[in-house]
Amino acid sequence: MLKLLTKYEQKLVDHGLCASGTPLVGGVNDAVIWNREDPLSEELEKIIAGLNINSLIFARPVEPFCSILNYLARHSDTEFVPEDTETRTFLHSIPVARSLTATEIIPLLQKRKGCVVAEYGIISFGTVSLEQAFVVFSSIIFSAFVKFFVDYAYAQQAGAPDPDAEKMLPEVLAAYDQFLPDDVEVELITGDFLNSDDIVRAMIQAGQATVNARMVDSFFGNISYFANDTVYISQTGSSMDELESCIDACPLDDSACTGITASSELLAHRDIYLGGSNLAILHGHPKFSVIMSMLCFETDCKNRGKCHIKCDKPRFVDDIPVIPGEVGSGPRGLSNTLPPAVQGRRGAIVYGHGVFTVGQKDFRDAYASLAEIEALCRNTYLKIISTGTEISSQR
Amino acid sequence: MHGWTGKILKVNLTDKTTEELRLPPDVYLRNIGGKGLSGELLFEHFRHSWDDPQMPLAFMTGPLNNTSSPTSGRMTVMSRSPLTGAVCDASVGGKMGTVLKRAGYDGIVVTGKSLDWCGLSISETGVSIGNAAHLTGLPISETHTQLAADPAMKNGAHAMIGPAAENGVRYAAIVFDGHYFAGRGGLGLVMAEKKLKFISVNGSLKTEVFDPDELKAAQEEIFRLVSASPMLTGDLGITNYGTGALYDLMRSRRMMPTNNFRQTYFEHSPSMNAYAYKKQYVTKKFGCAGCHILCKKVGAKGEIIPEFETMSHFSALVGNSDLDVVVEANRICNEAGMDTISAGVTLATYAELTGQALSAENFLQLLDSIASGQGEGVALGQGALRFATESGRPQVAMVSKGMEFPAYDPRGAQGMALAYATSTRGGCHLRAYPISHEILRKPVATDRFSLSGKARIIKISEDMNAVVDSLTACKFLFFAASLEEYARALNAVTGMQTSAQELLKLGERIYYRERIMNARNGFGVNDDDIPARFFEESGSSSEAILIAPLKRSEFLEERAAYYRIRGLDEQGLPTAEKCAELGLPC
Repeated sequence: MLKLLTKYEQKLVDHGLCASGTPLVGGVNDAVIWNREDPLSEELEKIIAGLNINSLIFARPVEPFCSILNYLARHSDTEFVPEDTETRTFLHSIPVARSLTATEIIPLLQKRKGCVVAEYGIISFGTVSLEQAFVVFSSIIFSAFVKFFVDYAYAQQAGAPDPDAEKMLPEVLAAYDQFLPDDVEVELITGDFLNSDDIVRAMIQAGQATVNARMVDSFFGNISYFANDTVYISQTGSSMDELESCIDACPLDDSACTGITASSELLAHRDIYLGGSNLAILHGHPKFSVIMSMLCFETDCKNRGKCHIKCDKPRFVDDIPVIPGEVGSGPRGLSNTLPPAVQGRRGAIVYGHGVFTVGQKDFRDAYASLAEIEALCRNTYLKIISTGTEISSQR
Repeated sequence: MHGWTGKILKVNLTDKTTEELRLPPDVYLRNIGGKGLSGELLFEHFRHSWDDPQMPLAFMTGPLNNTSSPTSGRMTVMSRSPLTGAVCDASVGGKMGTVLKRAGYDGIVVTGKSLDWCGLSISETGVSIGNAAHLTGLPISETHTQLAADPAMKNGAHAMIGPAAENGVRYAAIVFDGHYFAGRGGLGLVMAEKKLKFISVNGSLKTEVFDPDELKAAQEEIFRLVSASPMLTGDLGITNYGTGALYDLMRSRRMMPTNNFRQTYFEHSPSMNAYAYKKQYVTKKFGCAGCHILCKKVGAKGEIIPEFETMSHFSALVGNSDLDVVVEANRICNEAGMDTISAGVTLATYAELTGQALSAENFLQLLDSIASGQGEGVALGQGALRFATESGRPQVAMVSKGMEFPAYDPRGAQGMALAYATSTRGGCHLRAYPISHEILRKPVATDRFSLSGKARIIKISEDMNAVVDSLTACKFLFFAASLEEYARALNAVTGMQTSAQELLKLGERIYYRERIMNARNGFGVNDDDIPARFFEESGSSSEAILIAPLKRSEFLEERAAYYRIRGLDEQGLPTAEKCAELGLPC
């Protein structure tokens, strides 16, 4: 158990979410075990006792996330509701506690998977594994970050930016610069790949690089390669930096269902391969790409509020299309919207969700495109908020 | 009340009387419906033997039935098992749950015993008990056809037993609407003991929903998660391939029970997967009322395609490599109204005990003989444990509490070992279903080759599934959604203000009550176990995957942890302290 606690403590640090030595990670079987001693653990154990759970994380995120969470807490009553895909699909809303007390926090965690404790940090839990607590912790940070910047841009466009947000913006942006790694250049293996060992090796390397570049959070994102009439794809809920034994080989003719544990985007990946000459696909959740996908200044649009499923405008950030689509294969699923959007292009952004990029032979161009699109979106965003220029919504 | 009708029909077959039971609202709030409400109503009766006329047989809906809540067409059947002597409840699909609510009832509790075969007809205008002698001996399909032909029951729902129950098979099922089984533990034999051949229900009443807009929002949340689930609606998921989609996974993970669990890999399995059935039988899908996943499959010529457990046990477990034989064996069991899991394990036990491989012909003949109660079938109809005990080698029966194991070898998913052992109804995969995280990676992946820390996970999962079966929702949905989303649906339907964690607390109470019922009937630590084979013999390893025997000491350690977490004593028995905490009599 202690090994598992230490693993997730380190993961929070390695992902740049928390400072070393700060996360409190607890695991429960027939007794509670902590990764380290801390005076707060007594109160946290009261929270554990009030819930039917097997793991809990409490930590104060690093900057800029801490300031953003506190800002959103200050400007919320009992909860805030980001509109990105992760919130819409999994979190639903993010409750806010005003004190680190079991009496206040237990009712919040009875309803949601995690909460923000104003001025303290985030508490999240799992009922099966610490992985759940880690995913929720990471997702809250991601969703809050996206909400902060989306809300700010809209407020600024409306001519009424919140003074509190305006004041903290330079520091937040500077801290985000610090969060990003200094050098994201990486030598990825050259393709094309024919045997499964080479494919798996290349996927593991590209997945790790994507995480290192902080272009994906927790276990979101996925990666695939197409060879031998088979889509090799990361499994559902697998972390991009832990892909060993987490890649499914899914034959095109569906002659085996072993891929039932494959990523929920298998169908989208497959149709992208069938619709073009690409051999590699990389999907990450770089933050400013997601933010830019959610900025549309069309007024009086009949689909406002339903952009994620109903947007029918051809939207672009430079040459990159922004498309609607829900996770998975439903009628509004991105398995329907993504493949045609990617055809003949280096990638596409799915509204509120993330970026999919393609590679001709290997992951080098897919990875480069992912980084370029994120840089493009970040620059475009900064231009919007510095000049008040509306982005071109059609092309 | 919103969600519930507030009425439960009590039927006494001895004197052919009926009455309406109206429970206080707090009983509904504490028990929800389905499994919970059945347990509440049957609790004090569980000292009766399964064949005592006073032992009730309950059919119970939940508050979500007959609303637009996803997968709300299911219901629970509960009584005491003729196979195990333990608590036995089954979650069953079809449309009976929906139609019973339309007839104005939350459930039916049947007691007594009729002198002659009878049938129960229920509608919103009345209840009648008629003669059913003309239906005895008929296969399920014919029985269903005749029941459905009754003009008064047009678009109605029908629960029935088949020849297996009439002939005393201890794993006889109750079959709903021709295809949906309350399959495990012999609930069909309980119904037969009461001489109740069928229940037909019709109705048109609506279920009042507290906040329809909120229910729609909850529904959208659940549908969004279902669409994101590769297991449910993915290209390779059960919407396209049925539960048989699991077959390839069990093969590739080398945990497919083979030759009565003596091996865990079946060499013919690559050509007997769900894809093979789809190709050979050109399948279409169908399913329960109120469900859009439609996990059941039917061939172009009307052949019912076996579910995963049947696919596996009727191939690997009994050494059969012919798809047509699997389909025919499934048809025999369906028409007889007989649980395929218990039938498969019992015949695999027979094969091991006799030392003879089952030929296809022998396999099908034995199934026929069980269903008709003739020859060797009489003894085989008593289940694997009784048959093996009679033969002097009870250890050959792959059972827990006398219930035969389904198609997951616990050496390949070790949480399953604890889940089989602690299940209140015996060798059942559905109480905790650790396959969800150990194999399917939902909600997240756990180490399938470790028991460490699994006790608490199993306990929480049992509580959660107790809620799911009380709601009465489909467990498959919980590969995608969680109680968080279903709490919203429940609140919208009933006006409750509950949460996922509060529901888990109710689930804990519902499950603990079943431990009390079993304890009162003598079940304890020695029954919370699995056969020695799993601790002594390896499975079929490959170069990459080692299927080693389970470590007995680790199992015992984790079982002891489970008892502490569940609030049981070292003998697995309820404690006064925990009973008081949960508000249950000890």
